[in-house]
Parts: sequence; structure tokens; C-alpha cells
Amino acid sequence: MGIIKVKDLIFEYIRRDEEGNVEGITTAVDDVNLDIRQGDFVSILGHNGSGKSTLAKHFNAILYPTEGTVWIDGRDTQQGEYVWDIRQTAGMVFQNPDNQIIGQIVEEDVGFGPENMGVPTKEIWERVEESLKAVGMYEYRKHSPNKLSGGQKQRVSIAGVIAMHPKCIVLDEPTAMLDPKGRKEVIRAVRALNEVENITVVLITHYMEEVIYSDRVYVMDKGHVTLQGTPREVFAQVDRLKELRLDVPQVTLLAHELKKEGIPIPDGILTKEELREALDVYRQNFA
Amino acid sequence: MSIILDKVSHIYGADTTMAVIALKNISLVIPDGQFIGLIGHTGSGKSTLVQHLNGLMKATSGNIYFNGEDIDADGFDKKNLRSKVGLVFQYPEHQLFETDVFTDVCFGPKNLGLTQKEVQLRAYQALKLVGLEDDYFYQSPFDLSGGQKRRVAIAGVLAMKPQVLILDEPTAGLDPKGRDEILDQIAALKKETGITVILVSHSMDDVAKYVDRIIVMNRGSVLFDDVPREVFRHYMELETVGLAAPQVTYIMKDLRDAGYPVSDDVTTIAEAKNEITAYFAQLASTRNNKRGEDNA
Repeated sequence: MGIIKVKDLIFEYIRRDEEGNVEGITTAVDDVNLDIRQGDFVSILGHNGSGKSTLAKHFNAILYPTEGTVWIDGRDTQQGEYVWDIRQTAGMVFQNPDNQIIGQIVEEDVGFGPENMGVPTKEIWERVEESLKAVGMYEYRKHSPNKLSGGQKQRVSIAGVIAMHPKCIVLDEPTAMLDPKGRKEVIRAVRALNEVENITVVLITHYMEEVIYSDRVYVMDKGHVTLQGTPREVFAQVDRLKELRLDVPQVTLLAHELKKEGIPIPDGILTKEELREALDVYRQNFA
Repeated sequence: MSIILDKVSHIYGADTTMAVIALKNISLVIPDGQFIGLIGHTGSGKSTLVQHLNGLMKATSGNIYFNGEDIDADGFDKKNLRSKVGLVFQYPEHQLFETDVFTDVCFGPKNLGLTQKEVQLRAYQALKLVGLEDDYFYQSPFDLSGGQKRRVAIAGVLAMKPQVLILDEPTAGLDPKGRDEILDQIAALKKETGITVILVSHSMDDVAKYVDRIIVMNRGSVLFDDVPREVFRHYMELETVGLAAPQVTYIMKDLRDAGYPVSDDVTTIAEAKNEITAYFAQLASTRNNKRGEDNA
């Protein structure tokens, strides 16, 4: 069993009107099965309202299944006694960095999690140091979070999560409010955590370029996982993704358009280097 | 009918020890009917700048002229200015509050003191301009999707019949399709009404596709002000200020470095496709000519 295992998960919201009468039921997650291995980098795509955030909230026991089961590191999230273990195993980072930072100074903020876990003081400081170093924010440890850029704040939020030594980190659109530089910083930090520390990463995003590094991509629509595979397999399906209100990286789209014009290029080009190589091969024909 | 900024500076906390210069000596002319992209990293001064354009913030020094009148002069009608320069904030759907969509859009024009008939007419036109179907008019705005809510919020500003529409990050948090829909709709309403549109954005890919002119802000100053292809030529400088050119610009740059005779000022996928297919078409015709000669 992987670090995150989801079996036949269904989650229903009950919609109520102003008087509290039941208006209807919305199935936000509908029969999802996942098995994510320790150390994987997994991305979840899907349009607004496709159920990706609802799914992610099951990974650290913020929401519980209406039907089906979610196991985090082998623990059933519905077993109340495991809640704290589960939240420590799977840390969560949200969209808006301003809603997640509570400390007056960066290092205090990062120390908040381990402090609440009852970690001894000396170890808290060790954890704060290593977490800030892991996201490249150590030199800002004495700064006020208010004075940091969005990307920097978001990296502090991530440091706050990894100071709790999770095996897995779930990021729900962590770059949605950031400028291009901030986005790059955050994604670089996340990739490093995955590659160096072997932390499992679940990344939810609308930015297709952020997904190309993942081991596996899941695309959600109407609560279902409708497409899954490696980034190359998923992005090869340009037209299907468009139907799902999604996009592909610009280089993938350009390759797809060129292919339609009769230039032989393999499906699912992910980087500009791959595109150039494919064009180089074709150019040989004219030499 | 234009906005002129003459040496505008804004300092936050000017008389304190914590003074921060947010805008430094900005001079710009915004003529009628332009579609402008205003880009810059977080904290570069974009939002401060746009809040000066409708008088929400007052310049510490310098002057702003709207249709030739100084907006900070005594007796200038700021209320009128705010109805002429409509500002749609980030996440505008958080400002929806009425019980149904139509009433929400009526709120702005109602406060202008227009007749009820005129108010309703304007609300109707505004909702049509943002492409919202009649079925939604009497629904609660809170039951709509994110993209629809955002259209309603934009309609609320359009119902004031502004001459200038400023949108601060109108696509933040929307999925790619929602992003395209909103931007297509803005481009369409721009075409239909001829109003000036200023799009504040981080997304170079979006901006390149739609606007006539890009103003790049950095540390409170204007770094570049030109047509998109000229601005994106400076992609190295853009990177040093936390921005980037569209991915396709880098792809073409790479191909050029590898000896492909393609133009290096490409900013959209369509242009890139044309450049590459034209090159291969040329290669093919050269080869065919050569074969023809060989056969002859």
C-alpha cells in the first residue's frame, strides 16, 4: 500500500437554503481510486469545480469520505484516534500565503508546528533551520513575514509544513497568487524536497508548465479521475484537455499545431529541447 | 478623452520614518480606445498606479489629467471621474452582495441617480456585454461558477458606462478555459464599445495575445512601454525584474540559436507556427527546385 491510498471514494455536499432546508446533494468526488507511492511527485489537474481540492482535503483528514476509504501511510482517516498522526504525515499548503502565516518573525512561524507537537526546544530550532534551508529562506529567518514577497511567503509556509517532518506534502494551487518569479521559486523548492528529501508531493495547479516534472498526472472532471498517466501521456491528448477546460504547455501546443501542418513530431512534447530535436530530425530530410 | 500622467510620484507614509516610494516620477499618456497590458512583479507599483487613475489615491507629487482637467484641482468632480474610469479589483466576485445577479449590477448606476428604466437598461446591456445568459439574471450571484461571478462583477462596473475599464488580475484563480473566456469576452466588449481597457496581469502569455501596448513596471518606475513584440525582445531584462516573456518566445529564441532562420520577436503560438512552417516550406521548395534541375 502506498503513502496515500484512496479506495472508491465518494464525497457529497448537502446544499441547504437560507432556512437550512436541504435543497439537494452535490457529489464533489465520485468514485475515485488512487495509490500514491512514497517519494512520488503527483500532480492533479482539473477545471474550477472539478473536485480536486475536495479530494486533496481528504488527504489530511480535513474532510472525511461519505463512502469509501482513504488511508494515509496505512491509517484510515475515519479512525478519529489517527487524526493527529495523519496531519503530521501529510502536510498541507494552500493558495493564499497570507492566510497561513501567523508568526511575527519567519523562524517563529516555522517553529509553530513542531512546537505544537511537543518537540523539545533544541530540536525545534534544528528543524526550523533545516526546513528554512530546504526552501532557500534561511537568510530571511529573522525577517517579518509581512515584508516578504508572495513567493517567499509561500516558501515559508512550506517550511512550516516540512518542519513537522511529514512524509507527504499536499499543495493546493500554491502558485495561483504569485508572479512568474514567485512561481518558479516555489516549484523549485517543491521539486528539491521531492528529489533530495524524498518527500511525496501532491501538487494541485492550473499551470500546465508546473506539471511536467511529475511522475504521474491525474486529471479530474465532475469528481472523477478522467485521465491519468505520465505528463507525456496526458499532454499528448491536447484536444481532450481542451474539452476539459484545460490547457497544455505552450511548447506542447506548438508541437501539436505543427504536427497538424504535416511536420512529423511525436506526441506529448514537453520541453523546448525536445521540440528542437524533433525539428532537427525532420530537417535532415532536406539536407 | 485621454488620461495624462505628468511626473506622478506616490510615497506611502511620506512624513514618517517608514516612507516607501511606490511610484517614481511616472509620465504616461493613455489615449482613447487603446488595449493596454500593465505588467510587473508583486510590489512593482501596478495596483498603486491604477488607483491613481480614478482618484482613489492621490499623487504625492505630479499631476493627473483626465480629458484635460487636473483631477486634483479644487472643484473637480471625482464622483464623475470614478464612473468614467471603472476599476475592477482583484477577486471582484468577493464584492457581490445582492440577492440576484440583475439587482447587483443595478447597484452602481442606481447610485448615479438615473431613472429606474435607465438603470435597468444599463444593467441589461452590461450583462449582455460580458456574455451572461438571461437564465442567470434572477439567480443568486453566489450560485454561479467562479468565472460567471467574475463576469457579473465586471458587468457591475460596465453598467456605469465607463470610458476606461481597468481590470486588476481578472483571471487570477480561474482555470485555463475560464481564463480564455474572460479575456475573449473583454476583447470582444472592447471591440464593441471602443472603450480603453487596461489589463493588469502577471501572465505574459495572456497579455501578448490581446493587447496593443504593454507597460512594464519595476520598483515604481516604467521600465518598458511599447508594443508586445518590442517589449518581449527584452526578455533577459524582464527576467531580472521577476517577469518572463511567453514560453513561445523562448522556444523561438532556442531554435534561432540552433541555426533556424526564424524571427526572434514571436509572441504567440500562431506566429511561431507560421514561422516554422514557412521555413520548412521554403526548404521543401528549394529541394524540389534542385531535383527539377537535376532531372533536367
